[in-house]
Amino acid sequence: MADKKKLTFVLMDAPYENARTVTGLRLIDLALKRGHDVTVFAYEGAVSLAFSKQAKHANAVHGRDVDQEDHPLPREWIAALFEQAQKTGAALEWINCGLCVDERGVGEAVAGVKRGSPADLWKAAEASDNALIIGAR
Amino acid sequence: MAGYLLIESRDPYEHNDVGPYYELASGLAKEGHQVTLFLVQNGVLAARRGAQGELLARVAQAGVEVLADDFSLRERGIRPDRLIPGVKPAPLDAVMDQLEAGRKALWH
Repeated sequence: MADKKKLTFVLMDAPYENARTVTGLRLIDLALKRGHDVTVFAYEGAVSLAFSKQAKHANAVHGRDVDQEDHPLPREWIAALFEQAQKTGAALEWINCGLCVDERGVGEAVAGVKRGSPADLWKAAEASDNALIIGAR
Repeated sequence: MAGYLLIESRDPYEHNDVGPYYELASGLAKEGHQVTLFLVQNGVLAARRGAQGELLARVAQAGVEVLADDFSLRERGIRPDRLIPGVKPAPLDAVMDQLEAGRKALWH
């Protein structure tokens, strides 16, 4: 494993809207697998990624019930990242922008997700070895 | 000399700001910086032979290391032997390696 690093990632996209989300989560997963400490600052639509009330649904158009549809839920991906961090002894800090959460009514999040402000992003970026901002535009 | 990692997630057919991003990569390399342009998502579409590939070929000729995310290539059914010269398939690990190395990273 490479030397342990502190990395900060900034996500902005809402779930189900852009491949950037998947690429960002792939990168975060990779960083955790390498044992790096990671801070994620989610703002704007990305605060919904960890919303705990996301629900699987059936697909009447394709004639599938809930189990057959097996709809992917980003909240499960976020929970899996926390599990990955535990496996490799990495620290994962996931901070949702509080104002963005309130605007969208997505206050309930999976375990481990915190509420914060851009000041937390500033502190995390300053303390990190590197940072990657994945903006929506 | 600084090291830069420029990530391009867009294709130049839908987004007309991709060309200037390529120019940024070329310009940094011409000034002597170590530059990698990592293509991901639809960014890899421009690396196909015959798909305005000359734009990317010029970036590689300027001294930029041009990599294409192998996962994005597989998603789009693009075989490595269909890539223009100067573009190499690479796993996402290449991005992580450069973040670890402290490259200045930009996402587009």
